[in-house]
Amino acid sequence: MTTLNSKVPKGAIGEKWSKYKEHIDLVNPANKRLIDVIVVGTGLAGGSAAATLAELGYNVKAFCYQDSPRRAHSIAAQGGINAAKNYMGDGDSNYRLFYDTVKGGDYRSREANVHRLAEVSGNIIDQCVAQGVPFARDYGGLLDNRSFGGVLVSRTFYAKGQTGQQLLLGAYSAMNRQIARGKIQMYNRHEMLDVVKVDGKARGIIARNLITGEIERHSAHAVVIATGGYGNVYFLSTNAMGSNATAAWKIHKKGAYFANPCYTQIHPTCIPRSGDYQSKLTLMSESLRNDGRIWVPKNMDDVMAIREGKLKPTEIAEENRDYYLERRYPAFGNLVPRDVASRAAKERCDAGFGVNATGEAVYLDFAAAIERYGKEQALIHGVDNPSKEKIIELGTGIVKAKYGNLFQMYEKIVDDNPYETPMMIYPATHYTMGGVWVDYNLMTTVEGLYCIGEANFSDHGANRLGASALMQGLADGYFVLPYTIGDYLADDIRTGPIATNSPEFDAAEKEVNDRIDFFMNNKGTHSVDYYHKKLGKIMWDKCGMARNKKDLEAAIKEIKEVREDFWKNVKVPGEANELNPELEKAGRVADFLELGELFAKDALNREESCGGHFREEHVTEDGEAKRDDKNFAYVAAWEYKGEPSDAVLHKEQLEFNDIELKTRSYK
Amino acid sequence: MSGLLSSSIARKVSMALSAFFLMFFLLQHFAINITSVFSESAFNEISQFMGANPAVQFVLQPILIFGVVFHFVMGFILEIKNKKAQGVKYAMNNGNANSTWVSRNMIYSGLAILIFIIIHFIDFWFPEINTKFIQGDWSGMHNGELRFYHELQEKFVPFWRVALYSIAFVFLSLHLLHGFNSAFQSMGANNKYTNGLKTFGRWYAILIPAGFIFIAIFHHLTHS
Amino acid sequence: MNLTLKIWRQKNANDKGKMVDYKVTDISEHMSFLEMLDVLNEQLVNSGDEPVAFDHDCREGICGMCSLYINGEAHGPDREITTCQLHMRSFKDGDTIYIEPFRAAAFPVIKDLVVDRTSFDRIQQAGGYISVNTSGNTQDANSLPIAKADADEAMDAATCIGCGACVATCKNSSAMLFVGAKVSQYALLPQGQVEAADRVMNMVAQMDAEGFGNCTNTGACEVECPKGISLENIARMNREYLKATSKG
Repeated sequence: MTTLNSKVPKGAIGEKWSKYKEHIDLVNPANKRLIDVIVVGTGLAGGSAAATLAELGYNVKAFCYQDSPRRAHSIAAQGGINAAKNYMGDGDSNYRLFYDTVKGGDYRSREANVHRLAEVSGNIIDQCVAQGVPFARDYGGLLDNRSFGGVLVSRTFYAKGQTGQQLLLGAYSAMNRQIARGKIQMYNRHEMLDVVKVDGKARGIIARNLITGEIERHSAHAVVIATGGYGNVYFLSTNAMGSNATAAWKIHKKGAYFANPCYTQIHPTCIPRSGDYQSKLTLMSESLRNDGRIWVPKNMDDVMAIREGKLKPTEIAEENRDYYLERRYPAFGNLVPRDVASRAAKERCDAGFGVNATGEAVYLDFAAAIERYGKEQALIHGVDNPSKEKIIELGTGIVKAKYGNLFQMYEKIVDDNPYETPMMIYPATHYTMGGVWVDYNLMTTVEGLYCIGEANFSDHGANRLGASALMQGLADGYFVLPYTIGDYLADDIRTGPIATNSPEFDAAEKEVNDRIDFFMNNKGTHSVDYYHKKLGKIMWDKCGMARNKKDLEAAIKEIKEVREDFWKNVKVPGEANELNPELEKAGRVADFLELGELFAKDALNREESCGGHFREEHVTEDGEAKRDDKNFAYVAAWEYKGEPSDAVLHKEQLEFNDIELKTRSYK
Repeated sequence: MSGLLSSSIARKVSMALSAFFLMFFLLQHFAINITSVFSESAFNEISQFMGANPAVQFVLQPILIFGVVFHFVMGFILEIKNKKAQGVKYAMNNGNANSTWVSRNMIYSGLAILIFIIIHFIDFWFPEINTKFIQGDWSGMHNGELRFYHELQEKFVPFWRVALYSIAFVFLSLHLLHGFNSAFQSMGANNKYTNGLKTFGRWYAILIPAGFIFIAIFHHLTHS
Repeated sequence: MNLTLKIWRQKNANDKGKMVDYKVTDISEHMSFLEMLDVLNEQLVNSGDEPVAFDHDCREGICGMCSLYINGEAHGPDREITTCQLHMRSFKDGDTIYIEPFRAAAFPVIKDLVVDRTSFDRIQQAGGYISVNTSGNTQDANSLPIAKADADEAMDAATCIGCGACVATCKNSSAMLFVGAKVSQYALLPQGQVEAADRVMNMVAQMDAEGFGNCTNTGACEVECPKGISLENIARMNREYLKATSKG
């Protein structure tokens, strides 16, 4: 077993980054012009990295599979972005943000990376405001903050319910400026299908032009992967339809270790599935739990009556409702962290109390909040002895002001008025904390190959706190990678342009072509989606919110079977030399079918419960997650050896010098 | 059309400016015509003043003609450019779902107005030009009195001409119903007065053409 | 429900293309419109035909990737939603539905219902940004107070998802709502003032060069915009343009 060197600089936690930054090698401006960098993915991480690298003077080639960089799925983030600005004067600091993030991640993230993230968080806000991102402001004209789950301060900056969109458009505008200057060459509708290594270093990629089907070679002195998470391994998730793990998986196959694949975040407040045709799930901001109460009926008779449409939820008396979060976690109630809330919903639905036809839904009820706000408003407006209708009217107004756009979205999808009947929610796969292993410089185990944003594993440990994904993506792209990559590229100033006619490029291109040829010529019987749905069902049932040894072992076996069947019987219509969405999907699902197995293997290996990874064998007496810091305070980084089952485990021991390891308790 | 008119916004602004000018002219034309309903002599005197004043004849009249021609030519240019920008036509297009018929068919209401203007020129303007510039008679007199009122009344004797004028003014009204506010939007006017302006625009677009129709019918009925 | 679909099929940019009829059966009213197309495509794949290509990604109304002109309207009959948020309950059993790509000379068809909207990117590249480098040493975010009303209005303009419905629905294929929204966002913020004149001139010039038509203020764009971007943004752009011109 090789040792994994995280290259964390020495020194006190608060000084590591600043000292390190001052001492790493730089590339002089004249030499930057001689260096090419490829950035794959144009979300918050990739977009910000591409723009910043180009500003610095490197020649950047950026790739995205969408028709424009502006469409990356970062755009769908609703809630906000954290930054330790302490504008609210509520005692926030870099240390507190660092502490909250490590604790929220259930002590499975790398301290030094998280502290650096907290240190640059403030710069992100400064940068975004300078770019013209229209953050919400209060009446004094200064920036407004709100609070988010799992923390005790208000540090979340937001732009209505569209923070991700506004930040992404900010990064996109910074990219546009560089595209106009010719410093970024943008390749829209291009998908990276392999990385090319020359003498052990990443020196380029093979990409497919999705419009013409042409296979292209692109060379560079370094390659940056910023292609997001692998949540679509579940088929149904809140990810975009095109979100995929192909780039991350391809580099894994070429030597980049893949870390902690089992850490997946299942978000508690999503709109439930309505039928088998469902293609994706829609998230509603976690902020809803500030005012909504979550419940299911106490009695099975009521559940049945509701499912048959004979009973309305509003007709169930208060004493016949089970507000299970308030019952189990009196201290935090409906505001427990995401993983806890999700598992509790699953527990009730598994016990048969799910409230829709699929049996997978619980209520999120705003009636109490409407009444509470209504009474408050009546008092404020001096309405004496307000009628029940008046109270509801006033309260509805407040709820509308706070959550109007979410309620409207819910109504559009479900066709039910959530002001009158409780919303139905169910957890859905949302974010993957695991990903490609990177060192402190964000370099993978392949030299010159970097991985940033959700695609890497580094900052969120086993669970991510709300409003931290946007922070990490932009921190990596604007403020970390552009410095650390210089340290590596400083040795490349005399290399000159990388040729694309080398045997390494030939081999990589051949591999890509062979696979495409296989798909086009395999006249199978089942569509790609057929296999993707099968994989998704296995993942959800056996590697979902709660896992156990028996199921995981079964999952490994079943995924392998599906994979073998896929390679025999998959059917891809159309041609290779044209826009062919089915062909694109085939390649992505093929990779998911391997990643899924490694996921299960990793989950099987991790004999503890932590964050998003919950092993039923490892619980406390009252059924809560039980971590094992003695044996599992490490990052599980897997090395590719052919079949996923042959993957070799490398451990990076996590050291906690500045934070004491504690059991998370929300009771 | 080079320079200023090379950009889409500049073309749009020029359309709006010429429209403002034409709408102002229309108002002035109406103000003069309506006097014919109340007083034969007032109408005659104003007509003689407008017809004999060199500033009107040699400065304002050419500007007006330029304005009219410009507005039409630019309208056609825009229509051609926009047709080209469209590409392939939709097999199914439900324009009524999102915009008024009038706003989408300015070119047709405009064409109807163009046809009217030609007829109107034949009726009034060409004889005027003939009298003044070819025969050199600037007196405005006929049989010892100012001729304008009688000429006006005579024109509206035939019913067909009254009908034709009325139809033309309906088209003008349609054109104005969109055009009035469109011109303000093009000039970037969009503020707290916008709603009031919109209401005013609608009244203008209906009342002015209706007034012209009234004048035509009035003279048809009162002809002696 | 059972439906007849009339869908534009076009093999590639050079193909002429035509409307083709398809039948789908047992469609649930709870399906989204794109899930209905998924059903059709699964059907086509299984019967050995080529599925219909259409753009889509986030399927929650924010990425702006989905397009489609449905029964003569951009993003279909409902208001303030994208095609991916349109649900089949908006249709009736036995309906015939026309599905066409967004049309404009500046949005050439790539295949079937997929169009090329990179002209929008090029307009943004012409000036849709504030020239500020990522230094980490920009001034503190709160050193520049911005009136809440202006910030909110800038945000309303900034919600544009760049889907192109405004162009598709405009009888002139004008992109003024799209460009107006971006110009407005920066025009309303102090950060945008420095480059305001150049920005509007350059973006409008690029818009014209891309072959978009001339705005005639029909207002259709505002009605069909999935994000409810207001015509006021076009008026503001006109003002900004006049201001920039008068500056020379």
